Parts: sequence; C-alpha cells; structure tokens
Amino acid sequence: MSKHVVLVEDEVNIAEAIRFLLSNEGWRVETLANGISAVEVIRNVSPDLVMLDVMLPGKSGFEILHDLRSDPAFAALPVLMLTARGQSRDREMAEKAGVSRFMTKPFSNAEMLDAVRDLTS
Amino acid sequence: MAREALTGSRIRERRVMAGLKQADLARQIGISPSYLNLIEHNRRRIGGKLLLNIAAALGVEPNALTEGAEAALLATLREAADRAGMSGEESARADEFAGRFPGWADVLAGTAKRVAALEQTIEALNDRLAHDPHLAASMHELLSTAAAIRSTAAILAETETLQPEWRDRFHANIHQDSRRLSASAESIVAYLDAETGAVDAAGSPQEEVELYLGANNFSFAQLELGTPGPEVVDKMVQAAPQLVSAASKFITTFALRQVAEDAAVLKLSDLRAAVARVGADPLTLAQQLHCPLPCLLRRMAALPELGAGLVVCDRSGTVIFRKSIEGFTVPRHGSCCPLWPLFVALGQPGSAAHARITQSGRADASFDGYAAAETVSIAGYNTAPLVQAVMLLLPAKVGGDQSLGVGSTCRVCPQDNCHARREPSVLSVGV
Repeated sequence: MSKHVVLVEDEVNIAEAIRFLLSNEGWRVETLANGISAVEVIRNVSPDLVMLDVMLPGKSGFEILHDLRSDPAFAALPVLMLTARGQSRDREMAEKAGVSRFMTKPFSNAEMLDAVRDLTS
Repeated sequence: MAREALTGSRIRERRVMAGLKQADLARQIGISPSYLNLIEHNRRRIGGKLLLNIAAALGVEPNALTEGAEAALLATLREAADRAGMSGEESARADEFAGRFPGWADVLAGTAKRVAALEQTIEALNDRLAHDPHLAASMHELLSTAAAIRSTAAILAETETLQPEWRDRFHANIHQDSRRLSASAESIVAYLDAETGAVDAAGSPQEEVELYLGANNFSFAQLELGTPGPEVVDKMVQAAPQLVSAASKFITTFALRQVAEDAAVLKLSDLRAAVARVGADPLTLAQQLHCPLPCLLRRMAALPELGAGLVVCDRSGTVIFRKSIEGFTVPRHGSCCPLWPLFVALGQPGSAAHARITQSGRADASFDGYAAAETVSIAGYNTAPLVQAVMLLLPAKVGGDQSLGVGSTCRVCPQDNCHARREPSVLSVGV
C-alpha cells in the first residue's frame, strides 16, 4: 500500500511540482492551498508525512504544527516544513513547535526527496 | 555639599586641566595665591569681576564655573544614573561629582548622550529590518517563485520519460513563474533604488510622504483659499518630486484632501488669532472656534510657530499619518506603544484625552499629548463605522505635571515592568 502525504502549500506551481515528484516515488498526495482545514484533514487521513509551508492563508504553518503536536496521536508524525522564511528565528520557532525537518526555499528536488525518505524510512 | 559652594572646586579642576600653577593663576588675576587657595577650597564665596577674570584666565565661560552652567550636564548625569538603576541617594550627588571632577563628568555625560544616540539609531534600523512589510513581502514572493521555477525546471531537465501533457503543463508553469519573478525583481530594485538615492533617504511610501510634507513645512497655501477641487490636489501630487511610488501618491492625495477639508472648516489665520487670545489649549480653542476637536488638532499641527507633532491612526491602530517631532519616535510600521493618549482616544470616540508624556530614555523631552477620535465614514446601515484617532504633540514646558513614561515600540523600549509590554526589548535583553 502506498504511503500518504498531506502537502499544505499555497504556491500552486510548487505544489504541482512536489505532487509530481512524490507521485513518481509512489506516494499518494493530498494537497491543500490554505491552513484553515489542514488539521482536520490530517486527522481524517492520518498521513505518513505532512509537508507544511509557513506563510499560509487562514492559519500559519506554525499554528498547524502546534495544533498537531498538542494531540498525542500526532506527536510523532513526521512534519517537513518548507519555507521562504529562512531566518534563524523562524527555524528556532519551528524547532520549538516540534518540526521534524526544516527546509528553506528554493530547495533542490533531490534534497527534498532525500528528506522525505529520511523522515519516513 | 551645595552646588553653589563648589565653584572653587570647579576653578581648581579647570586650572589643573589647563596646566596652570595656583601661583601663576593668582598672579594673572591679581590676587594672592593664599586667597586663591581659599577660593579653590570653597572657603570664600566668589562672584562678580573676580569670577569673570578667573574665567577669562582659564579660557572658559564664567557660567561654566558656576552652578547654572551645569544644569544640562547635571540633568544628563542624573538621567544616566537613573538608567543605570543607581540609588536616589547616590544620584543626588551628581552635582558634587560634577564639581569635583568636571572633566570626568563631561566624559560620562558625553558617553551617556552617545549611548542615547546609538539607541535611537538601533531603534530606526531595527524598525526598518523587522517591520518593513514591503521588503519582507517582496522577498517572500521572490523566493517562493524561485523555488517553483527551480523544482519545475529540474523536473523538465531530469525526468527522462515525461509525458507530453505534464511537459506542456510544466512549461506553462515556468513561463508564468518567470514573469512573476521578473516583476518581483523589478519591484525590489525600484524600491531599493528609491531608498538609496533618488528620493533623498526615503525608503518606504510613508517616508516619501513625510519627506514631501516636510519639504512644504506641512503647510499648503493652495489648499487654504476657497474650496479647491480634486484636480488641484492631483496636480500637486503629480508635481511633487519626492513622491515616486504609486503608494506614496495615493497616501498623499488623501492627506492633502484632508488639509483642504480642514481648511474649509477652520482658517489658519482664525486659529492663530485664537491661540494669541486664549492660549494653546486644544479643548478651549475647539470650544471658542466651534471646531471639532480632531480637526482642530490637525490644524494646530499646521501652525509652524507651535512646533507640534501629529500622529493619526485608523481603527486598527495603524499609523496612517505622522508629522515627526524631535524627541518622540513614531515607529514606521505599526506596533506603537499602547500607552499613548492616541489609543486612549481611539477606544472612546467623541472624548478628549490628554497626558503629559515622555518616551523612555528621553527624560529631556516631554510632550503634552492631546488626542481625539472621530468617525470618518459609515459604509451602510448596521455596519461598524471607520474611526480615526488624532494625537497632537506639543513640546511641554519644564516642570508642571508629572510625566507619564511611554515608549515608541516594545522592541526598542527599555522600560522595565511595563504592564503593556508585548515582546522583550532588544535594549534590555542585549540581543
């Protein structure tokens, strides 16, 4: 059975590229373009991995991550954060909120796929 | 020891600093060395011609040897002591310190002033870096678009058997993103160009606006006569060399329309005459002139002789207009200190707020802040009205009411134990 990832990314073309790359690796990809319903969707589908942008309409990636980590069922769920906000403060905030991996945009496809494999192996 | 009793100590210190022996100075001013010795040990009072002669021989202003000359120095020393948390008893000995060690006192006061100036520089730079929304949003857009292009281009270059449908789709995405990237890059370059030269230090639309208004001394004779039509304002905005961005032109158009509307309500000449008659208390003037208080506050800011500052915010608390005044910092992008009378008025439209205020670390500059809020538009039935608050800042006279300590913005405010604090200060935590 293929693995399942929820990708929360409001940049349509980035989301499309990631969806293509992960689909080629055999992943089922659920894409969301805003943060409002993200936590609910994640609870419903129980994915193997969550990929989160930080600046999202409705609810930020930090808030989504915080909500997930507050739920014991998702305390260990791998979360890969992808953001154009690469300042050390954002990285620290993400780490405090319990992120599994933090990557800054622009990133290479190989780097992103390596991170996905690492987090779900 | 009382300050006036320390003139002799100051003479001694100045003489030693000048490299003069007691006997040499005594000879120059025509008194005996023993008498000068008594003066220098504060055992003889001194004044009049003898003080003038000693000051001339030492090459200093006479009042540098007397108590009055050191008022500014002592104020600076006490402020430095307060900021360092020195006890009141120790701080009260500033005059003794200045009298006995004038050279060191000058060094300490100079250093304290330099620290204050550097803190102001930090404040300005920090504000720009942390809160420049235009730059932050542009950079985010640039990086996001670059990320999309990089991923998509790599797929096209590295995927050996890409279906034509996907290939066409990714080509279209790259085309779209490359146009976005180009537009974002142009926007950033135009913004930075404006900042570094073309607009004389203006770095954001708000700064362009303030530069333009400042160049005109916040006074526009064209708008004071009759009722100028919108085309008059449009022409003024288009002709202004300081207004480069579309945003600054937009903001200035509203500001100038407000000036024209206010001028139709209250002529500056009438206001000037009323100030001469009853003084500069805004509420009294508003009652005498039958003028709404917010309008009166804006008009008072346009009288150059009052040297006033002005801050206007909208219902969200965002500053939408500023006329800067030395000694009171208004952050360039929101996040102002909530203790300002401006926000007291914002929460109570129709009322008038007043407080004597001093920003932390600037004990030498107090202001009378007068504020009022008004409804500026009603969009329709059962909708919340848009409200604006106006705060006039008048330089306060020394003495009088006790001043309320306020900040500019939490991030650069050194005030400890403030109940309104939203985030730590970089000044107190040393970040």
